[in-house]
This record gives sequence, structure tokens and C-alpha cells, in this order.
Amino acid sequence: MKANTIKNNSEAVADSQHDAADKSSIGLVETQRFFYDQPFRTSSGRDLPSIELAYETYGTLNSDGRNAVLVCHALSGDHHAAGYHHSDDKKPGWWNHYIGPGKAIDTDLFYVVSVNNLGGCSGSTGPSSINPHTQTPWGPDFPTLRVRDWVASQHLLMGHLGIEQWAAVIGGSLGGMQALRWALEYPACLRHCVVLASAMKLSAQNIGFNNTARTAITNDPDFHDGRYYDHQTRPKNGLAIARMIGHITYLSGDSMGERFGRELRAGSFTQGLESNLEFQVESYLRHQGDKFAASFDANTYLLMLRALDYFDLAREYGDDPVAAFREAQCKFFVVSFTSDWRFSPARSREMVDALIAAEKAVSYVEIESSLGHDSFLLPVKRYQTVFSAYMRKMSEEFEITEGELNAS
Amino acid sequence: MRPDFLTIEQWVAPHSRILDLGCGDGALLKFLQQKKQVRSLGVEIDANNIAACIGNGIDVIEQDLDQGLANFSDNSFDTVLLTQTLQAVHRPDFVLQEMLRVGKECIITFPNFGHWQARRYLLTRGKMPVSKFIPHEWYNTPNIHFCTVSDFEVLCEQRDISVLHRNFQSANYRDAAASSPSVFSSIVDRWPNLFAAQAVYHVTS
Repeated sequence: MKANTIKNNSEAVADSQHDAADKSSIGLVETQRFFYDQPFRTSSGRDLPSIELAYETYGTLNSDGRNAVLVCHALSGDHHAAGYHHSDDKKPGWWNHYIGPGKAIDTDLFYVVSVNNLGGCSGSTGPSSINPHTQTPWGPDFPTLRVRDWVASQHLLMGHLGIEQWAAVIGGSLGGMQALRWALEYPACLRHCVVLASAMKLSAQNIGFNNTARTAITNDPDFHDGRYYDHQTRPKNGLAIARMIGHITYLSGDSMGERFGRELRAGSFTQGLESNLEFQVESYLRHQGDKFAASFDANTYLLMLRALDYFDLAREYGDDPVAAFREAQCKFFVVSFTSDWRFSPARSREMVDALIAAEKAVSYVEIESSLGHDSFLLPVKRYQTVFSAYMRKMSEEFEITEGELNAS
Repeated sequence: MRPDFLTIEQWVAPHSRILDLGCGDGALLKFLQQKKQVRSLGVEIDANNIAACIGNGIDVIEQDLDQGLANFSDNSFDTVLLTQTLQAVHRPDFVLQEMLRVGKECIITFPNFGHWQARRYLLTRGKMPVSKFIPHEWYNTPNIHFCTVSDFEVLCEQRDISVLHRNFQSANYRDAAASSPSVFSSIVDRWPNLFAAQAVYHVTS
């Protein structure tokens, strides 16, 4: 779910402004590593002998530690959320539009922590890591993970960084589910929960899409039951198809229509002429699929998709989201996007209604956007305005605290 | 500050849970938070107002009142407020009924279209009144259901709505500084339908 620059869309800030936004980038950033040299018990009851998490931080931690925010990534994201690793990087981190000096998550105000989720393939322990018992990659033997495992591992990192309470845990889509789980599992550890384009659980339609994507991977002859590492191969075709399916659902019909229409990349419909026809949209999707398949681990994708399907906020609370949210102590900020049909506004409203019924502090905005589920990653003006307003107001909490500390 | 704020403040219990329908930029809820330490939630449809609420630290839900309040359960708020908004909804009676279901008590403020100046305007010019107070033309006004104090009283009677308190203000909210002398306010209380620019009702079902 990396940011795609969708051109010629009235809601997206013009491309010339993208360049300006890049100038306000956090600049060069470095990946750091956290080793947890003790067994990590997963929610499935299995132990990982030790875990490693790749993470990045942006901004400076206040002396009282109250300006730290945790950013949780979505399905195919990683810890590289903002800035550039090298001066010649073509693309910044996946949420560069929203993290940086003067941006919604203002790195002049906040200390931002972004983690590659456990089970990932960008530096954190995952299926492609070496299983110390066998000295071969874990592959399909890697434990099944749930959102709560990610939250538990992020909580370990929090302790390692010396942070007692997050100003906010922030996430879109699957990242929003992590933010929600934080609010229930560690209620004292966050003051705000920011949930963007997310849901309390997936619909059957969503699980259906995810399962189709998984089937594309597992049916690839190069998959070898997940032990493709041993065969020096990768199920690239299956993974590319899985990504294409996902990608279509993260866009909206309107945004695809606006961007590609029925334009041809090759061939012609001239009568009496047989030619190899290709629509622009076909070429675009193939490119997206191939690019993703070249860099992402298929077992990690399967693991992340399953965690997404398994998440059900209220499962342990008698299937009652109101009872679940009674556990929370933080304030909530919920955002949905009108053209998002994978995590539709109705799913966000359900969440908000449960929060109101649980008498929690909540604000909710429904952003008009034609960019589909990906809206939360893209520059949409009204979204930028309200998200920035919420974060700026939040920053007054620790500014006041600091003032009080200085005064006493 | 709008004069109805001070009246509303008197009718709201400290630390109570307040829902403000059409909360604007959240100024009233902010005022009540400061004065009465209420727990508040606003409902608003306008994007700029919503952004202002969020910037003010006022919890706000983006929602269209004309779609009802089905997502709010019965008696879940101590007081539900509807200030200067009744005349702008499609079905004022429906919104009122929903408010009374969700709130134990409700406070409604509305401009009185029976005010003598509105009557004079219509009588002398034969046109829909346009003033500093009601600045829109009939064809572009968001205020689609103007009523008078007498109209509202009739609606309360028809729907068995109990009026706990009434407050009538001669000064409209746009020139709150011109607060009325007490002699004049007794005239307003005597003949509100003619002299009240704004009415504030505290009601329950």
C-alpha cells in the first residue's frame, strides 16, 4: 500500500507541490535495530527464541518523553515511513506526505517511531529469517501472528526506547487495527488513538479478496509449500497477481477511470486488423505487481493478510465493541474516505458509534475523496487540514506540561 | 458571546454529558466545558466548522442531522442542544423528536420570525425579510423552516413536550453587545412573539 502519485486528480495536491513537500522532508534517515534476546510468546502459543525489530525514528524526544508517537504500517508497509535512506533515493518513505517538518505529524513537535512489524521482510524477524533451531529460513514454520502480537512487540520496543506513554498511536488500514488494539491492550500507554481508513473487523467480501490473493501465491509452482527459499526461487507470479488484486481494491472505480480510462498502450481496434491489444491499466497493474513481487517476501504477505483477516476488535469482549472500548482510556480520532470501498465509511461509523456508546472522547471526519482506500496515504487537502489540526492540538498537551515543569 | 450561551449555562448541570447538534466551531461547548466542566460531543456537517472544532479540542462527529440520530441510544446524554439550527433542518419535528429520545433534557434556541421587525418588513415591503440578522435571500437561505414563538409553543403542545424553562431575548446574537434594559426585557417576556428576537427553550419529553 505504498503511496502512488495519482496524476491529474483535482483532490490531490498538484505535482508541483509534491516537490515542495519533498523539500520539507525530514531528509536522510537511518534504520535502527532492536534485539529482544528473550523468548517471545505469540498469541498462537508458540515461542520465537528471540526477536529483532527494524525501526526508524524522526524528530527529537522531549525531556519528559511526552511527545512520542507510534506510527503503525499497513499490509505491505515497513518501518521506512518518511525521509530518504540515500541522497539518490527516488522515493521517500511511504507516509512522507504526512510525516516531516510542518506536516500533519510534525517532526518539529513529535518524536515519531515507525516499526517494521514482526513477521515482516524489511529487517524484522519474519518467515525469511533464519530459524535458529534448523539454521534454515522459517518459511511456513514461522508462527501465525495476530495484530496483538505486533502490538506486544511494539510495546517491548517502547520500553527499550524509554517511553512510558505515547502521545498517540497512529495507523491507517491494518495500521489502524494496531492502534485500536493498543487502546484496548495497553490503555494506560497512549493518550490518543488515530484510526484512518480502518475497521473493527474485515467483512466477508474483504476476506474473500484476501483469500483470492493468497490462493494466487500458494498455487504458484514456485511456492513449494512456502519452502521456496530452499529451491532458490520465489513465487513471483503468484505474488504479483496477489498484489494486482489488492491494488485494484485500494483504488476506486472513478480514480482508475480518470487515470486510465480505456486508453490503449499497444495495438489498435482498426477493423480488419489483428493486433496485440493492451490497455494502459493492464500495463500499470503488471508493473505494480512485478515491482512488488521483486522486493516483498511471499510468506510475509501471506502472514500479514491472515493477520488482517483474523483481527476482530471485540472477539474477546463478547463480540460487543462497546464493551471492548470501555477498556480504553485514550481519546480517538477516526477518519474515513468516501470512495474507500475496502474500509468503507460505514465501518468507521460503526466504530465511532461504539465509542460514543462507551462514552469515549471521539472525533470523526468523513473525507470526500475519489482516491479509494489509498486516500489515507495521499495528499488530500481536507484530510491534511483536519489531521494537522488534531495533531497540533495534541501537541499543546506536552507543551503545557513542559511549561509547568519549567515553572516548578 | 451570544446571549443564549449565558441562558444555556444556567440550565446545564456541572459535569453532565452534553450533545450539541449543529455545534458550529464548538464555541458553546468550549464555553460550557470551562464553566460547567461538561463532557461534550458536537455534531456538525460543515467542513470548516469541523476543522475549527478539532483545532479547538472539541470532540465532533461529522453527521447530517436530517439523517436522524439513530446511532445515539435513548437517554444517553443529559442535555442535547440545538442552537440556531432548528430552522435549517429539513424536518424540525423529526429532529426534535430524536433529540428528546437521546437527551434527558433538551435546549433549543431559534430566531423568532414573529418579531415585529420581520412583520414590519413583510407588511411594508411585501417581501421576505432580509436583515443583518437574517442576511440571506429566500432562494439561497440555509434557513428553510422559520417559525415564531407561537408556532413552537403549538408544536410542543401537539407533541406533549414539557417546557421546563423559556427565555426570550430582544437582542439577537449578532449584536449581543446591545443588551436590553430591564424595562424592555419585561415587555419582551410579556409579548415574546412580537418582541423576542431569539427564543431559548428548555424542554423534556
